[in-house]
Amino acid sequence: MRSPDTIDVSFYEKHKTVHNKRVDGPFRRFKWLMMAVTLTIYYATPWIRWDRGPYAPDQAVLIDLAHRRFYMFGIEIWPQEFYFVAGLLIMAGIGLFLMTSAVGRAWCGYSCPQTVWTDLYQHIDRFIDGDRNARQRLDAAPWGPKKIARRALKWTIYLLIAFWTGGAWIMYFADAPTLTHDFWTGQAPAIAYLTVAILTATTFILGGFMREQVCIYMCPWPRIQSAMMDEKSLTVTYKDWRGEPRGSLKKAQKEPDAFGDCIDCMQCVAVCPTGIDIREGPQIGCITCALCIDACDKVMAEIGRPRGLIDYVTLEDAEREKAGEPARPAWKALLRPRTIVYFSVWGAIGLAMLFALGTRAHTGISAEPDRNPPYMLMSDGSVRNAYTLKLRNMESRPRPMRVVIEGLPGAAMWTDEIGRQDAARTLTFTVPADSTASQRVYVIARPNTASQDFGFAVTSVDEQVEMAETQTRFTAPGDE
Amino acid sequence: MANERPKGKRIDEPTGTQTVGHEWDGIEELDTPMPRWWLWAFYASIVFAVLYVIAYPAWPMLHRGTEGVLGWTSRGQLAHEMAEQRKRDAPMLAALAQTPIERLPENSPLMRAAVAGGRAAFKVNCVQCHGAGAAGSKGYPNLNDDDWLWGGDLKAIENTITHGARQPDDPLTHVSQMPAFGHDGILTAAQIDQVASHVLSLSGKARDNAAGAQLFAQNCAVCHGAAGTGNRQVGAPDLADAIWLYGGSRADIVAQVTNPHHGAMPAWGARLDPVTIKMLAAYVHSLGGGEDFVEAAPAAKTDEKP
Repeated sequence: MRSPDTIDVSFYEKHKTVHNKRVDGPFRRFKWLMMAVTLTIYYATPWIRWDRGPYAPDQAVLIDLAHRRFYMFGIEIWPQEFYFVAGLLIMAGIGLFLMTSAVGRAWCGYSCPQTVWTDLYQHIDRFIDGDRNARQRLDAAPWGPKKIARRALKWTIYLLIAFWTGGAWIMYFADAPTLTHDFWTGQAPAIAYLTVAILTATTFILGGFMREQVCIYMCPWPRIQSAMMDEKSLTVTYKDWRGEPRGSLKKAQKEPDAFGDCIDCMQCVAVCPTGIDIREGPQIGCITCALCIDACDKVMAEIGRPRGLIDYVTLEDAEREKAGEPARPAWKALLRPRTIVYFSVWGAIGLAMLFALGTRAHTGISAEPDRNPPYMLMSDGSVRNAYTLKLRNMESRPRPMRVVIEGLPGAAMWTDEIGRQDAARTLTFTVPADSTASQRVYVIARPNTASQDFGFAVTSVDEQVEMAETQTRFTAPGDE
Repeated sequence: MANERPKGKRIDEPTGTQTVGHEWDGIEELDTPMPRWWLWAFYASIVFAVLYVIAYPAWPMLHRGTEGVLGWTSRGQLAHEMAEQRKRDAPMLAALAQTPIERLPENSPLMRAAVAGGRAAFKVNCVQCHGAGAAGSKGYPNLNDDDWLWGGDLKAIENTITHGARQPDDPLTHVSQMPAFGHDGILTAAQIDQVASHVLSLSGKARDNAAGAQLFAQNCAVCHGAAGTGNRQVGAPDLADAIWLYGGSRADIVAQVTNPHHGAMPAWGARLDPVTIKMLAAYVHSLGGGEDFVEAAPAAKTDEKP
């Protein structure tokens, strides 16, 4: 016992490795499924091909930083359309809010990369060193040839997985087969090697060693979530009103009425990937992966007591159950104003983005007048303005584009290539596939033309006729 | 470790953690222990800071900072990057040195490179007089328009930049000397006014008068031409167009005839290398008023190759 005047204080807590025990059950199987799905998506996506014709890459998902294009199956996004990516991120955020308010920290428990890779690495531990007890023994054992060999083997596998993880990341940023070839023949850009090195190191350290420390000390999400959860959010709960006071089977046989259902077998603690005791109540270390539910249900089945001593329960239902009222169906916890609002906002953003994507024009024009000098008086008294036109062709084929001066009576335009003798109100330029052509044009107006607004209209003259226009200003002497 | 319990600090029962000892309206703060790896990360960052201070310029001293054992400086890095860029530019500059300027438009990548280089050189050497947009100002020619005193094709522009205007030390410099008709008493003030009327009439800004036309034919037409359209051989400006170097009002014209301005331009051949001058000429030519080079006498063309 602590004396009232002296206490044991350590300002720094030693890291205790979590050796979680193997467990089987519906939640564990769901975790396996989620791991398979998320890892497959992560590793395989860059290798999916998607035909876009001869002028665009054939990789289904590609973030082409060099050419500033983002490809996602049938969608191609240009840098100025980054709001689509922002919209996706907002949807991801609201989706996370929706998930959290409905099913609590499900993201943490099943699909967070830190969780998935930690799970993967914990399976490596089990595969190499055996289950919980064997691993604890090996940890405590002095360093010898056998332990060194085991550790070397395990860490090599850690490293290989980490390297594979880092290697898969860069495939999203370049043509995967080409980059793989270049990577192994030493021709890939330095940034590729650096990225792989950094991600290999972070995966190795975060997945192999830091594990639950990331969730408990580094990640802001557990803190933010407490603001998003309410009494109607599902969370992994130990039903203390049913379990307490704890007593072993033997004790319970002697005094059947003195103890609750918890037999203090510690299985819930043994299987926990973050090493907490759920019976202490909701806590930041709990990622709600529900492995303790699997473990507890198994024990309850063995000793013939009803399942669900530890279960997904909302705080509200827990109170009702404690008071002896019947539990309500789960959909009632899911369907409530808060989740409906989140879902509606989420869906509205998604639909708005799909609509915007479906109706956006693949032809564009912008005109920037020269500001210095703003106008130029020619020897015959006519006035010349210069503009830089940006002709945008978002189709994967070269397109002829016809540019017309709208307004500005008597005006004509020419370019450095065409020459003033061929000046006309309409000029046609060919814009390369999937690009923006920058074209400087000179617009000349008759002497004594006043400053005025006018426009350029562009028409893509191919099978898919599209128009766009832009307004700009013609500046004349006396109006600087 | 067993410490004397400080005043106010106590162990919080549910968590088993010590409080920091403060209390506000019953709210206390837990002194949750940090993980030990955090402590190691903290030590590692201190070690990194020490190594950084040794390796890189860091510590301010009385006159200048410590230099760091690696010898890195931001100025040195700039010099290195500039040298790299020069190395990359070398083939382009070599090609430019070999290409006669009138042949430049045939090689459009080289032409574009020359225009880009010229734009940079213009900002350093020319904007002081001609302005950042090369639009000039009163007395300093506008380089964007289609009016050229000494010719507007690439070769003529290169020649003008190389030898300048009115440079006594350069035998090939452009020289034109308009007499000071009023100041030197060649014409009376009334005659000058008549000439000015005639000059204004050339661009339709005044009614013509016979006396002015006659005075013009006697005194001015030898350089400016009978129709007043100028002569590039002697740098005589076109007086029939809309562009005026020294202003187009009657007072401006009277002032110019009475006591003319004679603008000067440095002979850049003495200050810049030929490649830079070529790039400047290409840039000026690209501003919108550049003229096509016309071979003066095809017979005089010589083969450049040995």
